[in-house]
Amino acid sequence: MRLFLPFCILNLAVETSRFVQTDQGGIILRWLKTYVEKCINCGKCMETCSKTYFKEENPSLSRVVVTNPGAGQNISVCNQCGACMAVCPTEALYRDKNGVVQLDKSKCTSCLMCVGFCPTGNMLYAASKQTEPFKCVACGLCAKVCPTQALVLVND
Amino acid sequence: MEKMKVIAEWTYTPAPIERGYTRKTLYVNVGEPRMEIKDVSQDMIDTFTGGRGFDLKLLWDAVKDTTKWNDPENEIVLSGGPLCGITQYPGAGKCYAAFISPLSGQTYDSNSGGYWGPLSKFSGFDAVEVQGKAEKDIILFINGDEGKIQILESNLKDLNAYAVTETLHEYFAVDEADKRNISVISTGKAAETSYYGCMNMSFYDPRRKVARLKQAGRGGGGSIMRDKKIAAMVVKFSKIGGNLNNVVDLDTLQRVGVKLHKEIHDLDDVQCKMRKVGTAHLNEIMDEYHLLPTNNYKFGQNAAEISKIHSAVYERLFTQGMPDGCWYGCSMSCAKAVDGFTVQTGPCKGEKVTVDGPEYETVASLGSNIGVYDPLWTIEANFYADHYGMDTISLGTAIAFVCECYELGLITKKDTNGLELNFGSKDDIMELIHRMADGKDEFASMVAKGIRYMKKAFAEKFKADAKTMEAIGMEGQGVETSEYVPKESIAQWGGYYLTLKGPQHDEAWLIFMDMVNKQLPTFEDKAEALHYFPNFRTWFSLVGLCKLPWNDVEPANNRIVNEPKEAAKVPEHVQNYVDIFNAVTGKGIRKEDLITMSEKVYNFQRVFQVRMKQGEANHNIPLRALGPVFPDEWEARREYYDGKLREIGIDPSALSTEEKIKKLQEYRLGMWEGLKMAVYKRRGWNKKGIPTVETLKRLGIDYPDVVAVVEKYSKPEDNFD
Repeated sequence: MRLFLPFCILNLAVETSRFVQTDQGGIILRWLKTYVEKCINCGKCMETCSKTYFKEENPSLSRVVVTNPGAGQNISVCNQCGACMAVCPTEALYRDKNGVVQLDKSKCTSCLMCVGFCPTGNMLYAASKQTEPFKCVACGLCAKVCPTQALVLVND
Repeated sequence: MEKMKVIAEWTYTPAPIERGYTRKTLYVNVGEPRMEIKDVSQDMIDTFTGGRGFDLKLLWDAVKDTTKWNDPENEIVLSGGPLCGITQYPGAGKCYAAFISPLSGQTYDSNSGGYWGPLSKFSGFDAVEVQGKAEKDIILFINGDEGKIQILESNLKDLNAYAVTETLHEYFAVDEADKRNISVISTGKAAETSYYGCMNMSFYDPRRKVARLKQAGRGGGGSIMRDKKIAAMVVKFSKIGGNLNNVVDLDTLQRVGVKLHKEIHDLDDVQCKMRKVGTAHLNEIMDEYHLLPTNNYKFGQNAAEISKIHSAVYERLFTQGMPDGCWYGCSMSCAKAVDGFTVQTGPCKGEKVTVDGPEYETVASLGSNIGVYDPLWTIEANFYADHYGMDTISLGTAIAFVCECYELGLITKKDTNGLELNFGSKDDIMELIHRMADGKDEFASMVAKGIRYMKKAFAEKFKADAKTMEAIGMEGQGVETSEYVPKESIAQWGGYYLTLKGPQHDEAWLIFMDMVNKQLPTFEDKAEALHYFPNFRTWFSLVGLCKLPWNDVEPANNRIVNEPKEAAKVPEHVQNYVDIFNAVTGKGIRKEDLITMSEKVYNFQRVFQVRMKQGEANHNIPLRALGPVFPDEWEARREYYDGKLREIGIDPSALSTEEKIKKLQEYRLGMWEGLKMAVYKRRGWNKKGIPTVETLKRLGIDYPDVVAVVEKYSKPEDNFD
C-alpha cells in the first residue's frame, strides 16, 4: 500500500477527480460498498456477475471477488478511484455521468496496464473471453442478490 | 496543405498476421519507381528471426561489395520483428532500421520507438525495404487500411522534423482521433549535409494533442533518407486491437505482461524512476562513478556543477503523471517530454513547443560533454537536433571534439568562421547547430560529418596535429562514442570498441560488473560477458522489443535469489522473454536458444562488415578511451591513477605526469590487444575478427555467399591454434 498510495493521490489530484460534478450541481459517485462482516460467502454475487457479463456461472470471471482464505473473509471490488484512467494510453477508460469508471472497448488496445496499476487489484482479464480487461461498472445486480446486504450500491 | 500529387500508386491485399509474422516484405524503389511484395521463406525466419535480422538479410541481397552509403542501391530497411506490436508486454513497439552508414561505410542498425514498426506490420509487412533515389522530394505512404502504396510529390514547405510530422499527421488523418493511427518517419535539413542524420519515428499523443518523436538516431539513416530525396515515410493503420499478431497463447502473454506491469508499478519509484525521469535518472549516478563524460571525456565527474543537471531538476521539467509509453502497453513510460517550452533561438524562436526528452545520453552529449550545465539550453539543443534531423549523441560527441581542438589551439576562430567554441560556449555552440541545418557554412558542414571526417579535414585544411586528434577523437569504426566514460573498465573497452558497428551502448554495458563489482577478473571472464551480453541484447532487435524493461526494473528478489553475476542477467525477465516469444510464435524455445538465435545474426552482420570493408573491418580505440591523455586528466584523479601504476608494479614517485601517462597507455594498449584476442576467440572468430567457417557452420549460416566472403579474407596464419 505504501508504494502506490502517493501515486493514487497524485492521480486523483491531477488527472482523475474521483468526484463528478453533475448537471444539477451535486457531486455523485456510484460505487459498490462492501460490508465484509455481513458476508456469508454464499457466492451468489459472483455467480450473478459472471452470468450477467459472460453468460456463465464462473467465479473467476466475476468482477466482484469474494475470498475466504482461512478465517479471513474478504470482498474485493472496484471503488471507482480512477487510477486506471491515468495510465490508459488511449483514454479508453473514462468516468461516466454517474461517476463510474467505464471502458470504451473501441478505444482499448488491450495493453492491460490498467490491470497492473489498479491499486486494489480489481481490473481483471480473461484471455478466453476477450482481449480487453473488465471491471465493475456498479450495475448493482450483485447487491440485489446478496442475501445479507454485504454489498450495497450507493450514490455518495 | 494542398493535395499532393501522386507520382506512383500500387494496390495490394494486406497479408494476415499469423503468430507474429505476415511472411511478406515490401520493396519500394523510389527512383524507378517500382514496388514488389516478396515472400518470407521459412529458412529466413529460422535463421534471421525478424527485425534487424530481416533488415540485414534484405540489405545483404540488395547491395554490392562496393556499395557506398550514397549509392542508389543502398537501402533503408525497416522491420519490427515477430513480437513487435503486441500490446501486453512493455516495450514491444520497436522498429529496427539497417543501412550502409555514411559514418562507417558498413552496416549500421538503429532502433526507434514510435508506432512505425507495429503499424507497418499490421499493414501487411514484416519488413519494408526502400531503395533508389528520387528526382525530387517525395513522401512514401503505406496505407494499410486501403491496401495502397503511394509515392507522393512532397509539397512540404519545411522539411524539418516537427513541421513534417505535424503536417503529415494532419494531412493523412480524417479527424483528431485518427491521428494516432499514423506514424511518420522524418528527418531534417541538417541531414542533407550531415553524416549522422537521424530518423524520427512518430506517435500521436492524444493527451498533449501533439505528435511525439522517437529516434532511430544513430548511424546516419536520416542522411540516407535525404540523399534519396525522401522527405518522409508514412504508414497508416486504423484497426488497432489486442491480438493483431494472432498469437498462439494469449493467456500466457497477458499473464506475463500483467506481472511486469505490476512489478513496474510497485518498484519503479524505488528503483530507476523511469516513469518520472526516464533514463535521465542516471545523471548523478554516472557522475558519482566518474562515468559522466565531461569536456570530451577528459573527466567523468564535475562535482561543482552536477547539481544543476541532477535528475531532480529534470523531474521538475518533465510533465508528470502522463502515460509516456512510445507504444501501447509500455508501463515503463520513459518517453518523457517537456511541455510548453519556449524556444529561445533560431527559426522557431518564440514558439511554445513540446520537446521529446532529453534522455540521459542527450543530457551528457549536449550537456556535460561539451561543458554545458544548463538544462534549458540542453532541452533547446535537443529540440533542434531532432527538428534538424541530427543524432544527439554524434552531435554532442562531435562538438565535444571540436571544443577540445579549439581549446588546444588546433583550430582557431578564423577556422570556425568566427565562432568561439570553448567548452561551455553555449551561444556559439547553438549558432553552430543552426549553421549545420543551414548547410552553407563550410566549417559547420565539416562538424556535421563526424569526428573521423573532421580528423582528416582539420589536418588537411587547418594543419591541425593529426596525432593529437587521433588520441582525443572519440570514435570507433567512424561512429561517435555514446555517453559513458569507458577508461577504467577494460570490459567496457570491448563493450564499446569490439562491437559490430561502433561505440554504441546497445551491445554491452559492463562497467558496473567489471569496474565496481569486480565480477569479471580475467580476460576469459570479460570475453564471456562480451559474448553473452551483446548476443542477449541482439535478441531484442530480432523480435521487436526494447531493452529497457529487461533490467531498468528488476524483480524485488532478483539480488536475493541470484548470486550477483547471475543477477546482472535478471533471470526472471529472461524467462519472461522465453515465455512471451513462445506465446506469440508457438515455438518451444529455451533460454539458451535466445543466444543461438542472436549469434546467427550477430555473426552474419560481422561477415557483412568484413564484406563491405573488403576484409579490413578493424576495431580501433582512441587513447582517450583507455585512460588519461593530458596531465590535467591525470591530476584530476592523481591518487587513483598513481595507484593504477603501482598495481602493475610501476613506482610513480620518480615519474613526471607525462611519463606516468605514457606508462599507463603502454600497459593498457597491451591489455586492449589481450582483450581483443580473448573476445575474438570466444566469439569463434580468427585473429582478424573474421568469423571462421566452422562458426558459420555451427550456426547454420554457411550460405555459399557468406562462406565466400570469409574464405576470401581469411588467412591460415590468422587462425587461433
